[in-house]
Amino acid sequence: MNAHAHADEHFAGSNKLFISIWVWLVALTLIEIFLAYVTMPIHIMLTILIGLSVIKAALIMAYFMHLKFERLSLIITLVPMLVVCILLLFVFFPDSYRSIGLRYQFKQPPPVAPAPVEEP
Amino acid sequence: MSTEARAEHFPAVDWEGGALPYRVGHRKLGMWLFIVSDSLTFSALLIGYSYLRASNVWPTPFPFYPSIVFASVMTFCLLSSSLTMVFGVSASSKGDKAKARKWILATIFFGAAFIVLHLIEWSHLIEQGMRPFYLPEKWVQVFTTTEGVPPSPLFGATFFTITGLHMFHVATGVLYLLIVAGRIKKLKHEDVEISGLYWHFVDLVWMFVFPLIYIMSVDMHHLLAAAGGH
Repeated sequence: MNAHAHADEHFAGSNKLFISIWVWLVALTLIEIFLAYVTMPIHIMLTILIGLSVIKAALIMAYFMHLKFERLSLIITLVPMLVVCILLLFVFFPDSYRSIGLRYQFKQPPPVAPAPVEEP
Repeated sequence: MSTEARAEHFPAVDWEGGALPYRVGHRKLGMWLFIVSDSLTFSALLIGYSYLRASNVWPTPFPFYPSIVFASVMTFCLLSSSLTMVFGVSASSKGDKAKARKWILATIFFGAAFIVLHLIEWSHLIEQGMRPFYLPEKWVQVFTTTEGVPPSPLFGATFFTITGLHMFHVATGVLYLLIVAGRIKKLKHEDVEISGLYWHFVDLVWMFVFPLIYIMSVDMHHLLAAAGGH
């Protein structure tokens, strides 16, 4: 098996394709920066931001990390397991919403950093 | 060697095992497994941050300049470094090692630019008095709620931990790529591709850190500026 056949099999995708993926990633980032200055409920904001990030992550994994061109068995071994493990961590969120009501109410503000020492 | 040669002659059906059941080398599979475990580390940190944020009064102190401008330029650097890395791997797959080395050096340049910009951005915040377990006094005054609940001093802890661990990954990646660029003549194509996988992963993590840490903490109503904070 020569080097070129190896390349055909293992590294598909043209430079033009990669540049168009990069343009998409930059465009989605610009949308995120724009959204930072749009007033909207935090839940909707968070959903849109995470949605955009998941799209960006999928583009990076599929094209830059070349997963789209790998065997399906590798994708099925890696991705669903990762997604399930991450979603399992969401089990903590009901507790975090509960604990905002239980929070210790400070009577005084918490300590702040000491003022920097003036050089003589 | 002989097992690999045999696997090429008798490719296994996807789920029937064989010498190379995923048709990737053991090094590349190893890097993929490392990436999966490292994604879980970052997921746990980001979810821990979200937990603290949802259960506390949280300051939103980042101004457009310097914080958001710096973070955006840093994002641009990382995205561009991924593009140059993919060009490098592409050149390496065609056997053009000299061109691959040039693209990897470009990737290192963007990675180093990211670290320098991030350290400048950190120094702005540290100058203002942000510490892992303290907020600047001004921020406490501005972001205390009308019921008198002050913002959580853990803002700094989550910020420095998550962006610091990410910066450590970028620094490690720069070292890794320096070694790959230096030894590229001796390395197989797959080794170059594996270093690319790691680099793209570092980029991928930033795609979550940037919106959750920076975009969600923008001082949208210029509260700090109004209080003379910047």
